Amino acid sequence: MLLRHTSKEVKEREGLTINPAKTCQPIGAMYAALGIHGCLPHSHGSQGCCSYHRSTLTRHYKEPVMAATSSFTEGASVFGGQANLLAAIETIFSVYEPDIIAVHSTCLSETIGDDLQQITRKAKDDGKIPEGKYVIFASTPSFIGSHITGYANMVTGIATQFAVSTGVKKHQYNIIAGWMEPSDMREIKRLSKELGVKIVLFPDTSDVLDAPQTGKHVFYPKGGTTVEELKSAGDSLASLALGSISAEPAAIALEKSCKVPFETLDIPIGLSATDRFIMALSKVAGVKVPDEITAERGRLVDVMADMEQYLYGKRVALFGDPDQLLPLTEFLLDLNMKPVHIVSGTPGQRFEKQMRKLLDARSPETNFRNGLQADMFLLHQWMKNEPVDLLIGNTYGKYMARDEDVPFIRFGFPILDRIGHSYFPNVGYSGSLRLVEKLLNALMDRQDRDALEEKFELVM
Amino acid sequence: MEQITILEGRQKQIFEKKNGVTQPDIACDTSSLSGSVSQRACVFCGSRVVLYPVADAIHLVHGPIGCAAYTWDIRGAVSSGPELHRLSFSTDLQEMDVIYGGEKKLYHSLIELIEQYKPKAAFIYSTCIVGLIGDDIEAVCKKVAKETGIPVLPVHSEGFKGTKKDGYKAACHALMKLIGTGSIDEISKYSINILGEFNLAGEAWIIRKYYEKMGIEVVSTLTGDGRIDAVRRAHGATLNVVQCSGSMTWLAKEMEEKYGIPYIRVSYFGIEDMSKSLYDVAKHFPDRPDIMDAAKQVVSEEVKTLYPSLQKFKKALTGKKAAIYVGGAFKTFSLIKALRSIGMSVVLAGSQTGNKDDYARLKEMCDEGTVIVDDSNPVELSKFILEKEADLLIGGVKERPIAFKLGIGFCDHNHERKIPLAGFIGMYNFALEVYQSVMSPVWQFAPRKGGTL
Repeated sequence: MLLRHTSKEVKEREGLTINPAKTCQPIGAMYAALGIHGCLPHSHGSQGCCSYHRSTLTRHYKEPVMAATSSFTEGASVFGGQANLLAAIETIFSVYEPDIIAVHSTCLSETIGDDLQQITRKAKDDGKIPEGKYVIFASTPSFIGSHITGYANMVTGIATQFAVSTGVKKHQYNIIAGWMEPSDMREIKRLSKELGVKIVLFPDTSDVLDAPQTGKHVFYPKGGTTVEELKSAGDSLASLALGSISAEPAAIALEKSCKVPFETLDIPIGLSATDRFIMALSKVAGVKVPDEITAERGRLVDVMADMEQYLYGKRVALFGDPDQLLPLTEFLLDLNMKPVHIVSGTPGQRFEKQMRKLLDARSPETNFRNGLQADMFLLHQWMKNEPVDLLIGNTYGKYMARDEDVPFIRFGFPILDRIGHSYFPNVGYSGSLRLVEKLLNALMDRQDRDALEEKFELVM
Repeated sequence: MEQITILEGRQKQIFEKKNGVTQPDIACDTSSLSGSVSQRACVFCGSRVVLYPVADAIHLVHGPIGCAAYTWDIRGAVSSGPELHRLSFSTDLQEMDVIYGGEKKLYHSLIELIEQYKPKAAFIYSTCIVGLIGDDIEAVCKKVAKETGIPVLPVHSEGFKGTKKDGYKAACHALMKLIGTGSIDEISKYSINILGEFNLAGEAWIIRKYYEKMGIEVVSTLTGDGRIDAVRRAHGATLNVVQCSGSMTWLAKEMEEKYGIPYIRVSYFGIEDMSKSLYDVAKHFPDRPDIMDAAKQVVSEEVKTLYPSLQKFKKALTGKKAAIYVGGAFKTFSLIKALRSIGMSVVLAGSQTGNKDDYARLKEMCDEGTVIVDDSNPVELSKFILEKEADLLIGGVKERPIAFKLGIGFCDHNHERKIPLAGFIGMYNFALEVYQSVMSPVWQFAPRKGGTL
């Protein structure tokens, strides 16, 4: 047993994090930047950061992930990284030929005080940015927040540095994607199309991180939100931000810079959150919900009714990222399941309050913690004290699942040991239906495995 | 090669072997150009991978969360006992710590960890900002060592302070502090340490068994299936056998200087190098001809079954071409030989961290027309692969999907190997993996090598 050392007794720790349920900002910024067409993410820091982020994203997507680095040396850390970044911008445009470079900072460059705004302006003034090309940036210090913060910061950077208000409104709506998979983004686009609403979705990693095999290694795959679309986001009639932590900051910034009003919604995971998303989109755009979507909803509700007896009262531990945990927890409650423990390494009172509100109303005895020391070690201790029937979280949950011998569903980031997340969405009614199928399979496979022979059932 | 866009300033790190032409030395040992999509990592990464397999120590990463998160159990270095190395410990430095210093947090974390896990020792890794905010981690380590009675070893692995190689050195430096602190009574005169063998997929166990069959005592493996007590006794061995030379040559040299232990460089990949690594050790003990006899016995037994089993692969793979891009250059030598033994030629050979001597030897070994690169990037790699019409790429995690997108086979010869590739059985596994990937039925459905279906 790998985690045999995990003690049952929970003690407050003063500094130590064991088995983190989060990672650092820059990888989120890199992921967001990959959702712009023709964009090369650039890590302004040591070489290792960029290499680790690329490796983690590659393991999660099984796709090539391209990003450049300033390759800090000792000199850069003493004298500042401006020269490195200016040189990098020049090199990147001449060799890798992106349309856009999206620079994010690291703990190193933040601590030495590099000002990305000033450096990118200098690059422009010095003529290092070719005509028609762009350098955008986001400040993403690793010692604040988590990967989710970094994602939100880069998405905000994308919104503010591209969108312009021409004064003439376009009949379109922005959907700002919170941290979700390419498959989820594809599904959001499909649903909007079904509804007949013209949207600008950003960022959009579909057709970037789920690219087909073509016999070629394409540096800039065909997907990603285009510069034209991003520019036009300033003329959209309204924005829907999917996720109060990872998407709303960009919507607020866009309202400020281009006066685009916004509404914040949960990522549409599960029945209730999808209902709210569909209603909000149909309301804001003044369109009717088409029969096909109503039928999709009906199929989900049908399965929920059919199989409720197998889900009722099942105790679940879950960990992950705020904007996914909120609708997921709500969905589990809608399925009559019991979220017993919830952990997220991502700090923040906003999330804490939202989750508390949901739990106070529907499951007040649930253990919930986020931020410092809200790690998998704590979750594991909780699971030892109050056992569960099911664990939901990223790949690292597999240790706890094995140790406690509970069924495990992979959900979130990173998933390093299974495929599917890139291709099959968790959002929308059909995504939620898939989620129900996964829940049922995990629980019912276990029931079959453990059933006594006389209780081993054919029809379930 | 003219049609390939090469990063300006990188021309000196690439060349194509041409016979009868004097060619300049390849430029290497340099830091990467700013703005390159380099496949390299940092100092911290170097230290972390070298020390990671020490399974009964805690590995505490002092810094913001990322460095610990990305290195959490990513290397399949197997342990036969404790598995402390597979957990992730971090001080998760916050903004306030960056302003006011992280020493207190480090101290508390260490005390909490040692109390919780009762490890044999603790390694504390400095990350980038620790180097900037000036935490005196030496002092904290000393204090904790005194209070807890276990060795608490700082590893100076600030990411920006050099390349991955400097990280190897920082790790070796920490190991050097442990070596010499254990009892060496009862260690045989016919004994070795295996340096730079990390027990990926259990490889160290295979190698160890060969040496034990020869009557050689393996005092410690650095650091595969590593134990602190074994490291402490390492100075009692008669010979150091260095497998991953990039990471451990420094340690071997230090041990030679301090303890008078000579070292030899070996490789456990491929029949030729594997056999040589047994013979070379046997040669070191001329007073015991039975050791050489036993080595010959091991080799002949293994080869007797291995050789015929390789023929099927050789038949299918003869004439196929391979591209190699791995971390250390020494590994490429073995791979070239191993690939030749199954009928394959090498059209591209490169590494992230090779040195001048490595590249000179590589040039000598390679066929005419082979492209040799140092610190390459995906643009170069895929263009050379297409131009040279490779059928296989050998590399690591970031190279794998590039190979598959191009429609060619792939073999992970890095952290993510799932089966042992070292030893005689490793050669069989390697050939099987290459065969499976290159000859996979999937390729009949896929557009390949830049072309269409």
